[in-house]
Amino acid sequence: MKIHEYQAKQILQKFGVKIPQGEVTHSPKQAQKIAEKIGPKVVVKAQIHAGGRGKGGGVKLAENPNQAENLASQIIGMNLVTHQTGPEGKKVKRVLVEEALDIDRELYIGIVIDRALETPVIMASSEGGVEIEKVAAETPELIFKEYVNPATGFLGYQARKLAFKLGLKGDTFKQALQFFQGLYQAFCSSDASLAEINPLLITKQGDVIALDAKMNFDDNALKRHPDILDMRDLDEEEPIEVEASKYNLSYIKLDGNVGCMVNGAGLAMATMDIIMHSGGMPANFLDVGGGVSEEAVKNAFRILVSDKDVKAALVNIFGGIVRCDLVANGIVNAAKELDIKIPMVVRLEGTNVEKGKKILEESGLSFQAASSMKEAAETVVPLAKQ
Amino acid sequence: MSILIDENTRVVVQGITGSEGTFHTQKMQEYGTHVVAGVTPGKGGTTHLGVPVYNTVEEAVQNEKANASALFVPPFFAADAIMESADSGVNLVVCITEGIPTSDMIKVKQFLSHKDCRLIGPNTPGVISPGKCKIGIMPGHIHNKGSVGIISRSGTLTYEAVQQVSLQGFGQSTAVGIGGDPIVGQKYIDLLQMFKQDSETEAVILIGEIGGTAEEEAAEYIKQDFPKPVVSFIAGQTAPPGRRMGHAGAIIAGGKGTAKEKMKALQGAGVLVAKSPANIGQEVKNALSK
Repeated sequence: MKIHEYQAKQILQKFGVKIPQGEVTHSPKQAQKIAEKIGPKVVVKAQIHAGGRGKGGGVKLAENPNQAENLASQIIGMNLVTHQTGPEGKKVKRVLVEEALDIDRELYIGIVIDRALETPVIMASSEGGVEIEKVAAETPELIFKEYVNPATGFLGYQARKLAFKLGLKGDTFKQALQFFQGLYQAFCSSDASLAEINPLLITKQGDVIALDAKMNFDDNALKRHPDILDMRDLDEEEPIEVEASKYNLSYIKLDGNVGCMVNGAGLAMATMDIIMHSGGMPANFLDVGGGVSEEAVKNAFRILVSDKDVKAALVNIFGGIVRCDLVANGIVNAAKELDIKIPMVVRLEGTNVEKGKKILEESGLSFQAASSMKEAAETVVPLAKQ
Repeated sequence: MSILIDENTRVVVQGITGSEGTFHTQKMQEYGTHVVAGVTPGKGGTTHLGVPVYNTVEEAVQNEKANASALFVPPFFAADAIMESADSGVNLVVCITEGIPTSDMIKVKQFLSHKDCRLIGPNTPGVISPGKCKIGIMPGHIHNKGSVGIISRSGTLTYEAVQQVSLQGFGQSTAVGIGGDPIVGQKYIDLLQMFKQDSETEAVILIGEIGGTAEEEAAEYIKQDFPKPVVSFIAGQTAPPGRRMGHAGAIIAGGKGTAKEKMKALQGAGVLVAKSPANIGQEVKNALSK
């Protein structure tokens, strides 16, 4: 799960990470008042989940409170397009108004789980303010890493090593150690999958401050963090994906026009792939779960056909322990109830597959049965092009 | 032979009295797996599905000589249950549970590094050595005894591969689902090492998917030290970056973990990489008829 910058900063502050003074609002008038309190000079920052807000025109410097109000009224309600939002952009609902700081240096610090070493890794770089993937690709020697021993946590000497490598001295050095430890504590305590401060600011006064903050969380752990779960902003997610998640269906919208419904994530990805190899493109990823209940099939169908780009659908179910005749009944009932008009190719495999196929054939609906993934994909792709 | 499990495997089911545990214990029993005990804290002394239930894994090991565990415990309790088994002398834990937090798995892996215990999963369909033993939730009847080893991060896609292998007239020595999470117990390399030693296994199918670098690591190992033919398919060639594709571990993050990179690494290691999932069986046939 992702959260907004202002929410990440609220979490970090609890762990002693220094953040700029500021407040979030959805009213330009309020933005002016905040600027009067903490300004006069402030930065007005659009709050959307996607990165690249500055380049897209969603982050602006205001010299005085009146200008803060003007900028806030421009930004709030704008359709912000960044490299992460896609061409359709994202509507800005609120802004963070923060004190403008005197920048000396812009650094980077981030924490993720290293999957190969199975432990958190803390990455710091002298090259802040740019995308870290870019730094990693072009100048990997400017990224410093410390791997955490899960038994001991992030140790003092590791924080010192990073701070020395970043060239920090004196009080700034001391502040950095506290900052790094606070960031690590926030990461662990909230079951984060990513905590990233970019840029990590060193002010002209020598203070160490999180100018921006990004935190993502492990979906599997959210139930034990109700406070973080409350920060979920459904407006930032695809409505159709939110709908699917209500029924524990895994759905992701893609660019093609062949809808697919599959049981199991691996088989669902493989089905997308075989559609591509057959000359088409998948409209979505949709995993109804390994078990496949009739209810799941019905909800999945409803969600699948609600996407107007879908011109034909491929159902690929490997029955396994679930009997194919039950699955077939589920498909027929759902298709009848929802009055589905698009052509559908159904591939069933597993226990009682012959019974299942018979149910589909006798349903009177326009299903085309396929006996393999390949046949199914090769049948559905031309149908979607018609 | 086979790897991990055979006719001598004695299984304790953790969470045997729950609905999933009950259903799949029955299926395992029908398949012929020796389920010797169950564990549900607080229900010790009772019998379930004809099997004695204990409060602790330790008792199940002492009284019934259980040497493997099948785990059907809710996600927030699963890490504890894995470590209990490992601490009680069980050598193999198959964790079916999906949804265990990553931070819990980091602790589990640290704990297991000091124990003589292999963990399969979590978020796995399990392990099957056809005709001998099945620990997991996969349909037993689609499998046939044979010479092809399978290692996979997926469930139903593995069944697909099993079926294609069967249609080509081959069977499986052991099929292992290593799990769809970012951090899992046994990885490809651990199991490839076992398949290398297994005289019954003549070829291995490695089914991967986007996310992480486990396939690249496996490719490096295969290049150096794996003499048997390997066939592979990587799911998610059409998956967009930054999106979690069902499995918690199936995500292209920071430009890393794409199917393209994995396929390239495996091809570089001499692996027969099937571009289309429909060609897995055919590639196995090609590999074994060389």
